[in-house]
Amino acid sequence: MRLSATDLACRRGGRDVFAGVSFAVASGDALLVTGRNGAGKSSLLRMVVGLVRIAGGRLALAGGDPELSIGEQAHYLGHQDALKPSLSVVENLRFWTNFLGSGDAGLDEPLAALGLDALADLPAGYLSAGQRRRLSIARLLAVKRPIWLLDEPTSTLDATARERLTGLMRDHLAASGMILAATHGDLGLTGAQELRLGDQRLALQGEAPA
Amino acid sequence: MTALVAILLRDTRVAVRIGGGALMAVLFFLVVVTLIPFALGPDLALLQRIGPAILWLAALLASLLALDRLFGGDHEDGSLDLILMGRAPLELVVLTKGIAHWLTTGLPLVCAAPLIGLILDLDARAALALVLTLLVGTPALTFIGLVGAAIAVTLRRGGLLVAVLVLPLAVPVLIFGVAAANAAIAGPVSFGTPFTVLCALTLASFVVGPFAAAAALRQEIE
Repeated sequence: MRLSATDLACRRGGRDVFAGVSFAVASGDALLVTGRNGAGKSSLLRMVVGLVRIAGGRLALAGGDPELSIGEQAHYLGHQDALKPSLSVVENLRFWTNFLGSGDAGLDEPLAALGLDALADLPAGYLSAGQRRRLSIARLLAVKRPIWLLDEPTSTLDATARERLTGLMRDHLAASGMILAATHGDLGLTGAQELRLGDQRLALQGEAPA
Repeated sequence: MTALVAILLRDTRVAVRIGGGALMAVLFFLVVVTLIPFALGPDLALLQRIGPAILWLAALLASLLALDRLFGGDHEDGSLDLILMGRAPLELVVLTKGIAHWLTTGLPLVCAAPLIGLILDLDARAALALVLTLLVGTPALTFIGLVGAAIAVTLRRGGLLVAVLVLPLAVPVLIFGVAAANAAIAGPVSFGTPFTVLCALTLASFVVGPFAAAAALRQEIE
């Protein structure tokens, strides 16, 4: 499986966010998207899953399921945790596994992997920011999808949870998964490619008519 | 299918738990209808005559009340992104959300109507006719409301906009709902004529509502 982008351009609210972005990621590889605030890291990830319109260029997935779009074969971990505060931890996870389509068998294992098994019956509204983030990461384990798109996954996590996440990402890559992560810090993935956004934008501004 | 059942269960569960909107609509309905006799005075003949219209108006306003939460909650917590990305067709997801919304806001109104009809001196026959029109008509209000809720989803205080968008579209439902209830009570038109039109409006809203709302969501989320 190979995800490739050629000359992608993004335009939001009448403003060019980036243009001419190209990358290729194969199964077992990770791509770290870096760049300053507003460089378009989140927009790029959202574009890959189809939540932001592609203003130019091409995005293709070779070797995937031709019946499904890229977004339907991917997990997207955004800034928001997609949890309902009035539902319990396990109810939230059960909803997403059912919705994403893999039944609700084996929810204990993902919860345990993220250290949430003791909190399973607590309403999600009582969780801390880091625990909420861990619960939404549990979704990635409960439903198997080959592509993970992670938008600053470590932003609210403590050191232990970060190490845990690094371990989970390595396992995912070892199982020939694919990761695209927008990040400011080090995710602890060795041998990952890096895509720096922002440099293209400067070039664009230079070209723009006054 | 599992995905749709999951949505239905989650939405009804969230609505009936603390902070959900299920009770709000029916309480608002009761309060509005209870206030009318205080404002008009104890003229039973008048109350009986305008009873169906009052109940229908109150039901219309009450069903608007929770509409902005229909997609608003999912948009704020990021669930809507995952729903849009999902394999389940968006139109069917929207339809399911509409059904869940009606079960938690419309159905309680229908159940409360005969009780509250007593305040307006409606007899058993009139109450039955009224419940029937509400049972058939309130889904149409929900499904027309879906479109407004979808259009206003990205606005932070979209509630008022939803009301302004939805109320004009709900006028036909109101006209034929009240007409059917009145026909059953006083005549001279037969109950069947306006009631059939009301059924037709509801069926049309089942089809148009989800498609229009799904299109609006896709457009809006960009």
